[in-house]
Order: sequence, then structure tokens, then C-alpha cells
Amino acid sequence: MAIADLAEQLLRYAFMRNAFAAGTAVAVLAGVIGWFVVLRGETFAGHTLSSVGFPGAAGAVLFGLPQLLGLAVLCTASALGIASLGRVAEGDRYGAPAAIGTIQAFALALGFLFASLYRGLLNGVNGILFGTLLGITQAQVVLLAALAVLSICAMAVISRPLLYVSIDPDAAASAGIPVKALSVAFLVLLALSVAATTLITGALLTFALLVMPAAAAQQLVTRPPVAVLLSVALGVAIVWLSLATAYLTDYPIGFFVTSFGFVVYLLSRGVRRLSLA
Amino acid sequence: MAVLRIRDAPGGGLDAGTRTPAGAGVPAVALIRASVTLGGRRVWGGVSLRIEAGEFVAVLGPNGVGKSTLLKVILGLVPLAAGSVEVFGGPRDGVRTGYLPQRRSFDSSLRIRARDVARLGLDGARWGIRVPFARRFSARSRAEDRRLEEVLDLVGASAYADRPVGELSGGEQQRVLIARALGRRPTLLLLDEPLEGLDLGNQQAISGLGSRICREEGVTVVMVAHDVNPILGHLDRVIYLAGGGAVMGRPEEVITTETLSALYSAPIEVLRASDGRLVVVGHPDAVSFHGHR
Repeated sequence: MAIADLAEQLLRYAFMRNAFAAGTAVAVLAGVIGWFVVLRGETFAGHTLSSVGFPGAAGAVLFGLPQLLGLAVLCTASALGIASLGRVAEGDRYGAPAAIGTIQAFALALGFLFASLYRGLLNGVNGILFGTLLGITQAQVVLLAALAVLSICAMAVISRPLLYVSIDPDAAASAGIPVKALSVAFLVLLALSVAATTLITGALLTFALLVMPAAAAQQLVTRPPVAVLLSVALGVAIVWLSLATAYLTDYPIGFFVTSFGFVVYLLSRGVRRLSLA
Repeated sequence: MAVLRIRDAPGGGLDAGTRTPAGAGVPAVALIRASVTLGGRRVWGGVSLRIEAGEFVAVLGPNGVGKSTLLKVILGLVPLAAGSVEVFGGPRDGVRTGYLPQRRSFDSSLRIRARDVARLGLDGARWGIRVPFARRFSARSRAEDRRLEEVLDLVGASAYADRPVGELSGGEQQRVLIARALGRRPTLLLLDEPLEGLDLGNQQAISGLGSRICREEGVTVVMVAHDVNPILGHLDRVIYLAGGGAVMGRPEEVITTETLSALYSAPIEVLRASDGRLVVVGHPDAVSFHGHR
């Protein structure tokens, strides 16, 4: 009965129910998108887009706009910037990181500027960077859920051609798959999921939810559909555990998401090492 | 020993494929005075050639001469600057083509089963997810499952089909990728340097596999190769690209001192080793035999 008591305690307040709902939606989305991010070797692009979340969220506060709107707009714009500047779509593995890094540095500087311009916001900056449990509204939950459902539907539609393009772009092109369009489309979906994830984990720790469950799943499972499901399950478990721990201990949630994600990843490496031996 | 030489000289090229074992009938591939320009650089031009249905043809020539580009032209991935290309007598739409791109081996971090990589050749271009347990109610799904086992068996990859593709050896990976290319029963199979980076035993095995696919499955096979020797015994004809043009004919017609010297516009010597292997010497780029690396 201890679990029922705990659940009752965790879900007693509206802000926690919102946090659980939003966190679950985000974890499912990040689990699906993240598996392809790891497969495609686009973790650096993912990390850069999450850095863009900083000016996105800070700018939204400064200009009095909804945070999710600011995040989504700036992340999507940056994704398109990465696609054209970094030529990720053409598989340029050498020029791309420099171009992406440039965007990342500029994003962080812009975020710092926005935060400085809005002087009364010291606590807010902390929340934007490292995530917060508090202040997730009912409206945000609905928006996040809608975003997650739409993005996952889009991923379901493009999943097989995207897998083909990610593994072997030349052969995929010969099969009539629009390689560049798919790569750009995936970057936009990545940007949207980063925007959603940033609301929960903060801009600096988005990586934890986007990459760690997916990377762990790839260590453990080699069938793509099963691996995606496992990535989602690990992400949801990490978020639930982090929310509960953060609530009970009063320490920041971003720390727990990252730590649990790290542990899961290390365990997956260990399990694989053992299974090979 | 009439070897027809195709260059972009005034008067245009002759059809190099008029003397063919198969003779009449619709050719698998026909290029007519085709030219390709990539990034402002003319790769080759005035090339006319005819690959007959059911032939096993090698594309030879030095690095950077446009061998891969020729395959991409046939696939429609690279547009022609001039001339035309026909596949089975028409535009490429609807022709089932299997393609093995030139590539480095898969990274060992690619943790996806070989079977799933091969399956992309069957349904990788289809939108939407594969319905779970589809084989219970979908005849197409069952047919695809059967075909997958068939091609894995044909290339000899069944034994390691459930291992992650990144953990396989170079030769095993090539077999899986050839299985992928065969998935939709292509009538034309284009292999871009499938022997690159393989040891001699695997080179011979993959060459034999290409030949078997050609003879037994009736597939027209075009293979880009660096070294003609592992495939020499299997080939019907070769296309030799050099000096911005192409020569096509039977290997013993094309890989000769006279023909290659004319193609390179430089003195070339073709030597035959006592074991039958051909060695091309005299031009820094002439690499029909590659020695040990």
C-alpha cells in the first residue's frame, strides 16, 4: 500500500498532476525522436537546438509571449538554419559541426542578452536553464500532449523511409525517397520535441531526456520498433522517478532526470558488456 | 577484334554495343551520346553504349573517372548534360533496379539487425509503420517475409541475419546489402565497388555471387570494379572509362595495349601473367590490376 500512498501524495496537487502529464508526453516524444537522433549521429544538432531553448524561453518571457511558442519558433528557425548552414541534409560530416556550433554559441549569447534585459527574472533563468516542476499550467499540458501526438504521428508516417535514409542515403535516393526533404523534416520534428522537452528539463539538460534513453535502448535491443518502444519506456520511467524524487527531496528535477538517465545508460552498457562475455 | 572506340570527337560516338552476345532485343541500358557535368567539371562525354538484358558487365577505369557517376546516371540520380539514357527501352520509371552504393563499411555502433537492413530493400520506401503481426492477415506481408528469407539465403547471409549489421565483417555486410538490393526482384542490379576492401577469398565469393545472380536469376548485373581480375572469368563485357570517354567490349578486346593506349592517349601496356591475370602498366592512373595494399 506504500505505493498507493506515495501516488496519492504525489498527485495530490494540481501542479504535480500537470507535471506528470506534461513529463509523460515529453518523455514519449523524446524517446521516439531520440532514437533517430542517436541513429543519425545528430546528437550535436539536438544539443544545439536545446541551447536555442534558452533564448527561446527567455525571449518569450521578455516579450510577454507564451514560453512554448517562443521555444517552438526559435528552435524551428534554428533547425532550418542548421539544415541550410550545416548541410546536415547532404551528410557533410566535417563542415556541419562547425556551423552547428556557431549557431549554438550565438543562441547562448542571445539568451544571456534577453535574460539581462529582463532584470527581474533571476529565478526564471534558473528554471529555463535547469528545468522546473512548478508553473506547468493546464494549458501547457494540453499543448504538449497535442504536440507530442502530432509529432509522433508524423514520425510514424516517415519512419521507414527515414530509417532507410539514415542508414544509406544513396540507396534510399535510388528507391525514390526524397532524402533532403526527409532530413529537413526530421530536424524540424527534432526542434519541436526539443522545445517541448525544454519546458520540463530546462535548456541545458534536454540532452538527458533526448539522448540517454535512446542510447541505452540501442545498446540493449537491435530490432528498430522494439528499440523505439524501449527508448520510450526508459524515458517515461526516468521522468516519473525524477518527478517523485524531486517532489520528495525538493532538489531540482533537471538534476534527477540527468542522473537517472546517466545511470540507465551506464547500466545498459554494462548489460551489453556482460551479454557479450 | 573490332573494338569500337567512343570519344566525344567530331562526328559523335559510335554505338559500342552493336556486337553483343545477346544480339537483338530491348537493351537493359542504352546511353546515346551521353555527357555528364558535375560542379562545372565535365566528367565524361559523347558516351554511347548498350548493355544487353541478362549480361554481366564490369565498369573499369582509374579513380575519379566517373564510374559511380555512370551508375547514378542509369539510376536517374545524376542528370545528363547532353544525350539520353534509356533503361529497358524507356525512361527509368517503373523499372525495378537494385543498387549497392559505393560505401565505407557500417560503423560498429550501428546496432540494427542485418535482417532489418536487408528488409529496407523490400519496404523501406513505404510510408507509415509496419503493422505489428501483419503476417497474420496480410498476404503481402507474408510474401515479403518469404522474399526476405529467400534473398538472405541466396546471398548466404541467413546464418548471421539476426546479428547487428555493424558487428559483421566487410564481406558479410556486402552480402546483406546485395540481399537488400535484390529484395524487389530487380531486373537490373547495379553494384558500385562491392569488392573494395575485401580479402581475396571474399572478392571471389562476391564475384561468384554476382555471376550466379546474373545467370540463375536472369538479372542484368553492372559492377563497378577497381580490379578486373577477380571477376574476369565471370564477365560478358567490360566498359572501360578513361580520358573522358568510354570503350565497351569483351574483356580480351578492351583490355589490350592498343585499345587502352588509344583511350588514355598515352602509351599503355597490358601484360598477362602466367595465371591469366591482367596487369595494366604505363599510366599512373591505369589500375586494372591493383597489387597488394
